[in-house]
Amino acid sequence: MTGTTGDIPATAPPLHRTLGLTDAEYEAIVSRLGRAPEPPELAMYSVMWSEHCSYKSSKVHLRTLPTEGPQVLVGPGQDAGVVDVGDGVACVFKMESHSHPSAIEPYQGAATGVGGIVRDVLSMGARPAALLDPLRFGGLDDERNRYLFGGVVAGIGGYGNCIGVPTVGGEVKFADCHGANPTVNVMCLGFVPADALLQSRAGEPGSVLLLIGAATGRDGIGGVSVLASQTLEEDAHASRPSVQIGDPFLEKLLIEACLELKDLGLLEGLKDLGGAGLTCAVSEAAAGVRLGADLDLDQVALREPGMESFDILISESQERMLAIVRPQDVPAAQAVCAKWGLTGAAVATFVEGGTLTVRRAGDVDARVPARSLADEGPEYDRPAERPDWLDALQAEDPAASPAPVSIEDAFASVLGSPNVAGTRWAFEQYDSLVQGQTVVGPGADAAVVRIEGTLRAVAVSSDGNGRYGFLDPYAGAVHAVAEAARNVASVGATPAAITNCLNFGNPERPEVMWQFREAVRGMADACRAFGTPVTGGNVSFYNESGGSAIYPTPVIGMLGILDDYRLLVRGGFPADGLAIYALGATRPELGGSEYAEVVLGKVCGRPPVVDLDVEARLHRLLAASSRAHVLASSHDCSDGGIAAALAEAAIAGGIGFDVVPPGGGIAAHLWLFAESASRAIVAPTLGSERAFEELASAHGVPCARIGTTGGDRLRFRDLFDVSLADAIVVYESAIPRLMSAGRVAV
Amino acid sequence: MSEHRPRVGVVTFPGSLDDRDALRAVALMGGDPVPVWHADRSLGEADAVILPGGFSYGDYLRTGAIARFAPAMESVAAFATAGGPVLGICNGFQILCEAGLLPGALVRNRGLAFVCRWITVRVEHGSPGSAESSDNLTIGREGELLSVPIKHGEGRFVASAEELRRLEAAGQVAFRYCSPVGLVSDDFNPNGSAANIAGVWNEKGNVLGLMPHPEHAVDPDLGPTGGQPILQWLLSAARARVPA
Repeated sequence: MTGTTGDIPATAPPLHRTLGLTDAEYEAIVSRLGRAPEPPELAMYSVMWSEHCSYKSSKVHLRTLPTEGPQVLVGPGQDAGVVDVGDGVACVFKMESHSHPSAIEPYQGAATGVGGIVRDVLSMGARPAALLDPLRFGGLDDERNRYLFGGVVAGIGGYGNCIGVPTVGGEVKFADCHGANPTVNVMCLGFVPADALLQSRAGEPGSVLLLIGAATGRDGIGGVSVLASQTLEEDAHASRPSVQIGDPFLEKLLIEACLELKDLGLLEGLKDLGGAGLTCAVSEAAAGVRLGADLDLDQVALREPGMESFDILISESQERMLAIVRPQDVPAAQAVCAKWGLTGAAVATFVEGGTLTVRRAGDVDARVPARSLADEGPEYDRPAERPDWLDALQAEDPAASPAPVSIEDAFASVLGSPNVAGTRWAFEQYDSLVQGQTVVGPGADAAVVRIEGTLRAVAVSSDGNGRYGFLDPYAGAVHAVAEAARNVASVGATPAAITNCLNFGNPERPEVMWQFREAVRGMADACRAFGTPVTGGNVSFYNESGGSAIYPTPVIGMLGILDDYRLLVRGGFPADGLAIYALGATRPELGGSEYAEVVLGKVCGRPPVVDLDVEARLHRLLAASSRAHVLASSHDCSDGGIAAALAEAAIAGGIGFDVVPPGGGIAAHLWLFAESASRAIVAPTLGSERAFEELASAHGVPCARIGTTGGDRLRFRDLFDVSLADAIVVYESAIPRLMSAGRVAV
Repeated sequence: MSEHRPRVGVVTFPGSLDDRDALRAVALMGGDPVPVWHADRSLGEADAVILPGGFSYGDYLRTGAIARFAPAMESVAAFATAGGPVLGICNGFQILCEAGLLPGALVRNRGLAFVCRWITVRVEHGSPGSAESSDNLTIGREGELLSVPIKHGEGRFVASAEELRRLEAAGQVAFRYCSPVGLVSDDFNPNGSAANIAGVWNEKGNVLGLMPHPEHAVDPDLGPTGGQPILQWLLSAARARVPA
């Protein structure tokens, strides 16, 4: 097939349409410039005005999010959000999607996703300190899904493990709707002294822009506009050349060089090169300070001869950063680059007047207002309409189904479901220890990362339940924020702020736009209730094929703060003979539950009700309990209900339990598998039971003693009991067994 | 009189990742950590040297294959030949094998995947068979168990049958992968290493290479501390060379 720069047959559509711009958008460019754009200019607009870069379909809704709070140092709109975590330390964090490239080339798609988010954090001057990878795939009974899952995990490891940033968390979920469209999100956080934070808006006329790192090649031409701004259809594999290729070794050198430049005071500012490459970095840097720039493409190191200006401007070659440097500092900055074996080419200079001029071989290839690219992209309030199929789906309540024939079999099905089961298969392929600050690594409610030189730590969790989003996008988003906050609270941290990645279908379809709008509304309400502002995020649209979209999946990355990491509470039962308490109220809520999907084979009903005030009280109770040293273990109760939460606490601690389900009001299977919100399973330290009960009562959190830890069996009195060893096999072997299925000789 | 704080040089190659962790661990164990840059021939008057973990030069060719040619490695080789204590961790172990300072080689894990996991190793020879060892110059008694993490994609130790026989006979096998209670079996071999070998000594007993990461197992707030005796050996060996 023809590429974007190939010969255009006489019957071909006009260039702007080939590049993904609508006729109206083309007219807007003509009117802005007062003339028809030249091809390189058109290419620049096409990437900057793409959905991925301009957020044209989403920004009207994103404006409604709460973004302010005393802890927020930098909110949305910059390369990454920044939160004050105390003791003069700032935490920089951001989440992004690399789903489209990963669907086409899983290893490189996922690998370059890691590279990109790390550069976002680096651009604020922070040392990248931890990664989390929320992933969604189709069912593992399908060979292609196994290939995608295996490739993505290997790519995350292959890149992350080589750059010295630990991968400390994330989740893996499976649903058939992700078959053609896996969701590959990645979150990075980093630390920097608050007074050493780099400003995204920096520089003055005469400041020099150094392009540091990799040479620019033809890889990833139009990666964002080609891939992430349209749906994946059957010929998607033809887009493979649009997927960038990662070089993690170069990224590691880039990290060290940039941090050394910053430490030496040689940087005015730093921009990462990601989507839309040089065009985006230079135009945003200039627009941010209301200046223009003279960009000289002859200074850009190229990987191959014969590259068009067009290619150089929009190439998404990885491992590049743009440093904004005072002219007198250029030689010193270039010496640092050389020390790390990197080029640091002076490619552009800031100029007065706001015009971005692109020169090559003595000619002017483009001359456009920088702000027209960066800030003046189109904005759409697209039609939104609640889909009419939703009523019937919500009306069918799985709690009305008869009890399972064997409750023990149902327990095994839920515990062994890939959505609940252990994800060791994936996270053992990631280095979770490098940098030496990982207090709690993958597989826990939240990862806990220390801040070197202090007693402080951050707790981070990523969450998003696609089924809930599908059944009620507003509730799905509320649940995602609530669960993420509950997870960081369950280790004892106070939820502070969120980043997010909003994964949706085609926004040009009204039902998708309605799902998106509802999800944003839910996220906003939950974040307001918890006092956790939105510091940034990413929108990934067009996750659909053949008119069939993924579940509307807002993935929330929650940052919590622990004043003293030694106060953290772990999820596993640590000893025999401890009282076990269920916190929160359990109601007959099976809508969208794991039980309904794996036992009843249904995704229907309404997601559990979330009372945001009740939820917030639980978070405060958990943080207060950690400060009061009264808990020996604490574990969030969500997917798979109390049954799964108890089993996970037993497996994590290697200690069984004896639990007496309450009789009366609620059927046993509902009590075991309901996914009511705002609950946790905790075990107070021996002798602290009364103190804990009083604390729970003071916080207004329902608190029921349900049993005792100990022994080597998971005992649900009068229902069933299984050995801990068997439960471990069910839990740990589910994913490895599915993944090895493809390797069995036939 | 306070005990001498030996200077421990930690070499940073381009692509080293656990170099800062090794420096931190040395300080925590009472040594004086000294960063050493790959392009310098000076080891900073170090009394001992650590080659840390990572992916030196990206390890795109073969692990450690480029790093062995770094200027600092000439000095490390001379230091080792003169009897100086050298500890190679993970990528450092791979580099020492490539440089011919340790026997054998490290190839792709049997499972073909990177593996990061806390494991147990059994001390085979806390000091090499031929070396005289005082108590503080040994990592531990034979059969002692250390809980340490591994994290590597190419940690499968291989050597010819003859070389393996020689290593076993000379007491150069430092550690073997084992079960949490010390059973050495293939079920507890995380990467397919020959004879479950996790670490080896050179003949003289002053160079030790291992795939597990002792520098990530010294801080009790983060987990088990099986790395302490290994770093303690390095510091003791450094002290033994330089009178306080």
